Amino acid sequence: MTTTPLPEERIARLEGSPADKAIQGGVKPRRYGSLYVAETRLRVMRSYLQTMVATGVGTPLIYLYALGVGLATLVDANLGSGGGSQVSYLIFVAPALLCSAAMTTATEEFSYPIMLGFKWNPTFFAMNAAPMRGGQIINGVTFAVIVRLVAQSIVYYLFMLLFGAIPGPYGWLIIVVGVLTGMALGTMLMAYAVRLEEDKGQFNYIMRFGVIPLTLFSGTFFPLSVLPVWLHWIGWISPLWHGTELSRVLSYGYDEPVWLSIVHVTYLVLLIVVGWILARRLAVKRLNK
Amino acid sequence: MISATNLTKKYKDFAAVDGISFEIAPGESFGFLGPNGAGKSTTMRMIGAVSTRTSGDLSVIGLDPNEYGPEIRSQLGVVPQEDNLDSELRVRDNLIVYGRYFGLPHSYLGPKADELLAFAQLTEKAKSRIDDLSGGMKRRLTIARALINNPRIMMLDEPTTGLDPQARHILWDRLFRLKEQGTTLVLTTHYMDEAEQLCDRLVVIDKGAIMAEGSPSALIRQYSTREVLELRFGSNRNADVATQLEGLAERIEVLPDRILAYSDNGDAAMQRVIELGLNPLTSLVRRSSLEDVFLRLTGRSLIE
Amino acid sequence: MTSTIDAPPTPHVNRPFLLPSLYAGNARSVMERGILSTAKTNWLIVVSGFFEPVFYLLAMGIGLGSYIGAIQVPGGHTVPYAAYIAPALLAVAAMNGAVFDSTWNVFFKMNFGKLYDGMLATPLGPFDVALGEILLALARGFVYACGFMIVMQVLGLNLSWTAILALPSVLLIAFAFASFGMGITSYMKTFQHMDWINFIMLPMFLLSATFYPLTVYPEWMQVAIQAMPLWHGVELVRGFTTGLVTSAMLWHVLYFVVMILVGMTLTTRRLKSLFLD
Repeated sequence: MTTTPLPEERIARLEGSPADKAIQGGVKPRRYGSLYVAETRLRVMRSYLQTMVATGVGTPLIYLYALGVGLATLVDANLGSGGGSQVSYLIFVAPALLCSAAMTTATEEFSYPIMLGFKWNPTFFAMNAAPMRGGQIINGVTFAVIVRLVAQSIVYYLFMLLFGAIPGPYGWLIIVVGVLTGMALGTMLMAYAVRLEEDKGQFNYIMRFGVIPLTLFSGTFFPLSVLPVWLHWIGWISPLWHGTELSRVLSYGYDEPVWLSIVHVTYLVLLIVVGWILARRLAVKRLNK
Repeated sequence: MISATNLTKKYKDFAAVDGISFEIAPGESFGFLGPNGAGKSTTMRMIGAVSTRTSGDLSVIGLDPNEYGPEIRSQLGVVPQEDNLDSELRVRDNLIVYGRYFGLPHSYLGPKADELLAFAQLTEKAKSRIDDLSGGMKRRLTIARALINNPRIMMLDEPTTGLDPQARHILWDRLFRLKEQGTTLVLTTHYMDEAEQLCDRLVVIDKGAIMAEGSPSALIRQYSTREVLELRFGSNRNADVATQLEGLAERIEVLPDRILAYSDNGDAAMQRVIELGLNPLTSLVRRSSLEDVFLRLTGRSLIE
Repeated sequence: MTSTIDAPPTPHVNRPFLLPSLYAGNARSVMERGILSTAKTNWLIVVSGFFEPVFYLLAMGIGLGSYIGAIQVPGGHTVPYAAYIAPALLAVAAMNGAVFDSTWNVFFKMNFGKLYDGMLATPLGPFDVALGEILLALARGFVYACGFMIVMQVLGLNLSWTAILALPSVLLIAFAFASFGMGITSYMKTFQHMDWINFIMLPMFLLSATFYPLTVYPEWMQVAIQAMPLWHGVELVRGFTTGLVTSAMLWHVLYFVVMILVGMTLTTRRLKSLFLD
């Protein structure tokens, strides 16, 4: 392989030459490429704005009402306090609902849309034929999803305030935790979707045997301790469990050792970093075959 | 502008491009002609700095694509074989968004997009959905999109495949204008007429290797006769009759549905066929084309 | 006999008494095609659909149920929480299966697969297509329902022999949702439109006395929810599986019969105007 880079003096000699112009032309794309891609993705999202706003507003309203108010009457009547802790069921379940909503949105954004960009409507290849690089494409897509997750989590948080579900002063921090939770599962899923050549219903399986069981068995609607010990591993591997537990600490001061909170943060960040790097690598590989 | 020496691309053991060398001059219109799977697209992608070569040398605008991908791509306009317009965005937004990948400011992109829509005869469709465009319109939009950065080199991979004759002619006209403006065109095609229309020079490529190189007319002169006599005797008789035609033309090719007799004087050859008493069902004398060159070089038709 | 190939049979077209211009009495062929394509491509996905309600039952019924214990139902009876939500989940599964098959699947076939254009170019009429697709959705829903009933039986959540009547109830519910869903889908043009279906499904799922009794709500909301179809489905199935059968359940049946009639009329009309006018 002969990949000798152009010697510096030769570039200098090409001052004003086509090569020189090309080098100038590469400066901005190299520096801001990720942002350009994010800009496109947000523009695409804008065409779905109606649905996104409806989901963003409707989901917290319905879930908080149905579980935090409706179902809570049963739980609270029976236990006096919810979920085995000192707080009402609404306060117990609300942080879990925010994290779970973030996870659902991330699952949606990092599955079919990725497949779409690589296969059905290969816009990622178009970006790559322009000066964008694979890593930048992944960054841009990820930034745009983060923007959506932040907006969605803020709305969720506001509804939680409205329902009186946040007693503690650090409650707003669960917006951050929600985004981390969504991204932790999301970036891993993205790495998988980047690699996926053919849709044979894999995302369906991931939804049915991954996301839904995680949503149900991650200490969301009831603490993990209710499950038999041999099922606790579901919580330990589930980003949703780590996110939810952390949110509960922030929302109402749920009692857990500090080291465990550190584990939650570390685990979520680790998943995000690994998923992101993996996705970038695989994207470069797929685009530059 | 582009130069390749022993350019090779291997996927595991399979060599998609097997040591090809060529030079493309600025302002030239250069074609890769060959059947599907010949290695044309792979070569295009290596030039386009989106596929890493396995070995050999390649320089595009004086730069090595392995090192200067974004820089090279900032000077290219790429029209891929499969349309990859963003179907989630409207027609005009597709141009704007694409221009952003080159780091171009919105203030430039607005007027430029309108200018390109006019060039592509799509002004009225500015706000349409991509899915509502015809095949020809999509291709024109893809070309307009490729021009958003005033590229030095246009890379067109099978630009008119799948289009109806009228749409093809509109497209050729647009490409011809670009050529007149001094843009370097690099294109692949498996259509002879397209290569003859658009290419100053071309290489015939098959199984990853270059078979011949030259201008369309030079290639025809070198590898074929001036005229071809096409004879059909019905699918059962063609092979039998072929033996009787020996010596009547410079070269005889027997295809499943017809016989081609290569001769500088097709009418004279036809006269002799009639004198031999071989009544063909149909006969046709035509000028030699690149199709014949390809057949001669590879023993196969381009479109199978 | 010199010919080695038999002459093809003459195509036979039924002229049914009902809807002669819309119906060739051959919905079966539409179903056969559906079963064949499912068997060839995505039967595993179809099978996997069975697990979703089971996961819900385990998590909410048994996990959460351990906090809730038993629940009071109208008439002064108490029912264990898992036995309370299991029939609701069964009704929801019937709804989801029927709606998915009759909306997303049909949407793809209509707008991308162009399947119906091909079918309607044969002697098949729009009513055959509608009926065939809907019966296929029902068949699938029925298989899920049977599986779920077995799970309920194993977990001891069928409290009476009348539980067996939940199976025909599920068919009725699925038929109603499928016929209506297909009619509505014929108006949908983009994916964004399709998303609105979820906006109706989600509140219905969460609010229709699925997880807790209606008495939690203020009066006006109770009325609103009782107007929605899923509530009727939940109550009907729950009545049978808990054995608390009352004559008032006939209203639920009537609700679905009307829904089926309206849905089938709508769907057939729409298919006719979309493809045959």
